[in-house]
Amino acid sequence: METVFAGAELLMRWDVLLALFIGSVGGVVIGAIPGVGAAVAIAILLPATFSLDPIVGLTMLLGIYGSSMYGGALPAILINTPGTAVNALTTYDGYPMTQAGKAQRALALAYSASFWGGVFGIICLIVLSPLLALIAPHFGSREIFLAALLGIVLVVLAHRGQVFAAGMLAAFGLLLNTVGLDVKYNQRMTFEQTWLTGGFDLIVVVLGLFALSQAFLLLADKDTAPKPQPVHGSIFGALKEIWLFKRIATVAGSFGVLMGMIPGVGEFTAQFLSYTYARKTSKDPDLFGKGSPEGLVASEAANNAVPAAAMIPLLALGIPGEALTAMMLSVFYVHNVIPGPQLFQNQLDFVYALYIAMLLLNVIVIVFLVFSTNLLTKVIQIPTRFLGMVILTLGFVGVYSLRNSVVDCAIASGFGVLGLILKRLNLPVVPIVLGMVLGGIMEVKLRSAMIRVKTPLDFVERPIAAVLAIMIVLVILAHFRTLRKEHKLRLAEAEIDHDIHDSQQR
Amino acid sequence: MIKAKTLQDLFKRYRRPGDLYFSVAFLLFSLLLLVSLPGQNTWVGNTKLFAQPAFWPYAAVSSMVFFASLHLISALVSPALDGRWKEIWFWFKSVEYAGWFMIYVMIVPQLGYLPSTVVFAVVLTFRLGYRSAKMLLSAAVFGCVVVIIFKTFLQVKVPGGALYELLPTGLRSFMLTYF
Repeated sequence: METVFAGAELLMRWDVLLALFIGSVGGVVIGAIPGVGAAVAIAILLPATFSLDPIVGLTMLLGIYGSSMYGGALPAILINTPGTAVNALTTYDGYPMTQAGKAQRALALAYSASFWGGVFGIICLIVLSPLLALIAPHFGSREIFLAALLGIVLVVLAHRGQVFAAGMLAAFGLLLNTVGLDVKYNQRMTFEQTWLTGGFDLIVVVLGLFALSQAFLLLADKDTAPKPQPVHGSIFGALKEIWLFKRIATVAGSFGVLMGMIPGVGEFTAQFLSYTYARKTSKDPDLFGKGSPEGLVASEAANNAVPAAAMIPLLALGIPGEALTAMMLSVFYVHNVIPGPQLFQNQLDFVYALYIAMLLLNVIVIVFLVFSTNLLTKVIQIPTRFLGMVILTLGFVGVYSLRNSVVDCAIASGFGVLGLILKRLNLPVVPIVLGMVLGGIMEVKLRSAMIRVKTPLDFVERPIAAVLAIMIVLVILAHFRTLRKEHKLRLAEAEIDHDIHDSQQR
Repeated sequence: MIKAKTLQDLFKRYRRPGDLYFSVAFLLFSLLLLVSLPGQNTWVGNTKLFAQPAFWPYAAVSSMVFFASLHLISALVSPALDGRWKEIWFWFKSVEYAGWFMIYVMIVPQLGYLPSTVVFAVVLTFRLGYRSAKMLLSAAVFGCVVVIIFKTFLQVKVPGGALYELLPTGLRSFMLTYF
């Protein structure tokens, strides 16, 4: 308990609280604008946070990460366009509710379910943290290597329908990490080009793939400016309805926590499992997809429980599970705070401070949303091409302020065009980033792990390593089993809607 | 509305037009890298395979070739989708904006961050087809706000412009520090 108070004390600074407020409110606004999203905002703000204290910079980024999904539910419900990729499922039940004249109820349910999921996730983690502090030191080089490998396998297999593409892009990410000089100054894949000697900077690649690609996408596409109808009635009064759906919200939150903790899985799988659960246990399963409050609660509670849980592999093992935590990892490195078992052992108060910050951000966000929903509907109306100009201008600050390098900007532009092509093809960008980050971790950890390994079986002689190795095998086998099952249930080509899942464009 | 028969379909990413061309290009790129692997990496003597500097580039490029081949095969055996060339034209259209971005990068060290950002925001807004004074003014105000937030308050590292050297001494150092 003392550590929790010490963590709270770390937050009691005006600059930390201001960063938390700006991050939380900013995250909601950014999330509410279709086409921006937390990844773009975090990518742009990353270099700016380098000059701040780690706790200040991280609180701001956490604020954006944790609150963007709240904002993303707003356009998903009002105009059938998810603000962020993970709000896609919210449209299936949220928008039909708006069409039926129940927009206020849908928004209140989405906000309260998000709050429930978010707070539930953080409480679970605060309770779990001492246990993690005990387990984390048992992760040596080979365990961390296997956990990172599991992350790569999962991130590839999680992109259902595009597994081959996700595989080739993850491998491309691994390759990007190797370009330049290695630890013993051997040149790798530099093609005698001086600009390749230093390798590819993660932040430059991330800014290109997330921010610039989004700007190019909006600039090159047709201009649109959605016109949502104002929401009538008090949202505050309708919030308490969540109590009627507490079972679904809690189960969905649990799925969010579990899936968030596993690298490479994240919000989509959590939503999938909780939505399936909600539909199976519902008295009215036919209403799902046509305006079911249970479906809406399941979707929103699950995705909001993920951000807190996603910090677990990052903080305890130094392994990011998805793109946003991969970006945060670079903030840690810049400030010489190395996430991993040592952090949980020696700086548990810092970890608690981050969790308390996440708890506070949920409170700030829900209060902000209750009073500003109609104001946010105005933000949604910004014309998309103008928004593209805004992102491009902000993208410049992100890339150029790193090293004032024109080459960095040219590289980021190149990745911006690549990101645009991938987004248009609905191919995932995340495997490239995770391949880059996890590739670096895997290379270092494998090299140090192999010093003590004589036979291949030695690699998995320790219990955690054995469990991780078995998990990798099981995940791959389970994927083939699912493929067989799905093949029997597949739709005919003519019935497939190729635009049903455009999450990569958000 | 849910059109898919199974919930799994909601989470599936289906192919889009242009997928075939991209998979061909990616496989060619991967093969090019595969051919260049021996010349671009070193195998060090008396070092274990996993500690070799060449191990990870070889592993990455082989995986790229393997997955890119499977992706191409899946694109070839799938029915063709309409609008391939239109899609590729869209990709090329985006290059124009990469050009705009690079021009912005080039003019900042000359004109300075504040003037470049305002000019860039207004001119690009005009290029995008917005002609109303409201939009152009919004772009100019946005440019100023970005500079004030990032350079004046957050002090991000963006160098002062060569144009600032022409200003009187007091104003010059003020502009170099804050704008």
